[in-house]
Amino acid sequence: MGNYFIPVKYLLTKCLNIKVLNPPKITNKTIELGVKNSPEFVCMPFKYTLGTFIEDLDRGANVLLQAGGGCRYGYYGELQEKILKDLGYDFIYINLINGGNHQICKIYRLIKKIDPKFKIYKFIKYFIITIKMVKYMDKIDDYIRKNIGFEVIPNSFTDLQKEMFKEFSKVNSLYKLRKLYHKYFKKFKLLQVNKPKNVLKVGIIGELYTIMEPFANYFLETELAKMHIEIKRFTNAYYLLFQKRKGSKKYLKYASEYVKYKMGADATDNIGRCKYLCENGYDGIIHIKSSFCTPEIAAMPIISKISREYNIPVIYFSFDANTSEVGIKTRLEAFYDMLEMRKNK
Amino acid sequence: MKNGYLGIDIGSISTKGVIIDDDNNIITSLYIWTEGNPIEAVKKLIKKLQNNLPNNVLIKGIGTTGSARKLIGLMVDANIVKNEIIAHAIGTLAFYPDVKTILEIGGQDSKIILLNNQMITDYAMNTLCAAGTGSFLSSQAKRLGVNIEEFGSFALKSTNPVKIAARCTVFAESDLIHKAQVGYQKEDIIAGLCKSIVLNYLNNVAKGKKIYGPVVFQGGVSKNKGVVKYFKEILKTDVIVDPNSHLMGAIGIAILARKNKTGKTYNLNIQEISFKTIGSDCGKCANNCEILRIYKNNQLIDAWGNKCEKGLKVK
Repeated sequence: MGNYFIPVKYLLTKCLNIKVLNPPKITNKTIELGVKNSPEFVCMPFKYTLGTFIEDLDRGANVLLQAGGGCRYGYYGELQEKILKDLGYDFIYINLINGGNHQICKIYRLIKKIDPKFKIYKFIKYFIITIKMVKYMDKIDDYIRKNIGFEVIPNSFTDLQKEMFKEFSKVNSLYKLRKLYHKYFKKFKLLQVNKPKNVLKVGIIGELYTIMEPFANYFLETELAKMHIEIKRFTNAYYLLFQKRKGSKKYLKYASEYVKYKMGADATDNIGRCKYLCENGYDGIIHIKSSFCTPEIAAMPIISKISREYNIPVIYFSFDANTSEVGIKTRLEAFYDMLEMRKNK
Repeated sequence: MKNGYLGIDIGSISTKGVIIDDDNNIITSLYIWTEGNPIEAVKKLIKKLQNNLPNNVLIKGIGTTGSARKLIGLMVDANIVKNEIIAHAIGTLAFYPDVKTILEIGGQDSKIILLNNQMITDYAMNTLCAAGTGSFLSSQAKRLGVNIEEFGSFALKSTNPVKIAARCTVFAESDLIHKAQVGYQKEDIIAGLCKSIVLNYLNNVAKGKKIYGPVVFQGGVSKNKGVVKYFKEILKTDVIVDPNSHLMGAIGIAILARKNKTGKTYNLNIQEISFKTIGSDCGKCANNCEILRIYKNNQLIDAWGNKCEKGLKVK
């Protein structure tokens, strides 16, 4: 998902005596494979990850790792394992969330089976570094999102980010990682940007996989950057892993006039975020989800209501494995023109 | 000499062209079928427009909109290429400055645009399916053996429209066949179909939007009197249908072409220009981007669809 394979790969290579395959970038072939072997009305993340697994297995992988949960996704692991086994593949499947619950002991035993030399203290050390790495990556990402639309030298941000990832993969201690982070943050701040004072600001909310995997949202953020729009996105891996429990409660309280109970997955969060964006001077909101995402469908009417009350426009995108790209561009273009018109009045 | 501005709206079903003067008066206009070939349709359109054009008019700007706007924009060297949502809003505002809601049902898509103080405040477009659009109506008209132009007046004859599933065209069609076989009158079925189009539109496209008057209804389907009647009935407000409602997008983009004029004078003799597109799969990686190359007079002028550096080198 996005660039997060970098810290995960880092953790696995550092602690385990195994070879980690870089997941291939998601391409049309991945989707074709996924769609062909998935139930028709399952949501897009299932199709994408299944396609990636098949590609990995074809390249010689024999251990697959599936993580995630919160909605139906929590049960996807079992189904995918079954489909892949039915296809005749032989592999060990590590499902971090089994039937919706974490099973740490079982996972530990599985890991022991893969690598008998596995040491828990080593794992803890690198685990902490990895988490920090994710946190730093997300912080830098936030800065990039705010400024990439205004870069003076094309690709300067993405190039520097690639360089940073390379350096990050080499660190051995927290201290070094922190130093690198500060070094690159400075470098990012030195990159030339041409940002006028009164720029258009747009917030992206919605279903987490579609938000975080650029291929799944047809590179929405890149398109917005081309239009010189500042982007705010809440969902990132660090939030999902460590802040979500608290965050959801906070959002529930913050938006209590709109939502009373937890709605599952990110639905409550997105309602809270929508209110936040409306109250903090954003010009528009983009809500994205994969088709048939039930929690987000439940959140949409409430988001529409907030948007009406604050008079901030929301545009909804629903992505499936074969959405027409032209249609998305037309709607996005019109959204931009509308925001521009509103701003200039 | 008078200045003229050409607006072309190339939709999935029909291609619309209009030439306006500096005061938004229509000098000449035309509505023809696209027939799946936007390039040929526009050549035909421009030739006919040219024949109707008085000699003292100079074309000072060209704008394109609609689903083939980018391709045709390249072909005619347009000074502005804009999406149909903005074009429709601008066109309508020129005639109805206090419009609050624009309903638009075209051949392949339908949209709603909300305005306040002459400014777009919100819009929505149909997302996943083409249920309740013009192409569905015309295919059903063919099935029932009724001319699409007479469809609306047929619907008005009915006193008891049948109920038709409005969700999805597939369900609507099987419902329709069933009702016909059971023995319902043709006009009742047609009226039911018109009503289901309206319900479908309000339930899908206009979901969650507050519709305030004045309401303007346009797009090809606005010519269907039955649909207009049911919009009025269900919305309980007057629905304005301009005599030029099918041209609004083209008028809007012509106005935008005037606002963005560069001083250049355009030549409409594009009949001799050979304009060709070749589609191919890139094949340089697993993504296999579909690349479309565009040739003007056998010279490559642009290529679309490419997503990475590998596909940049076009043969």
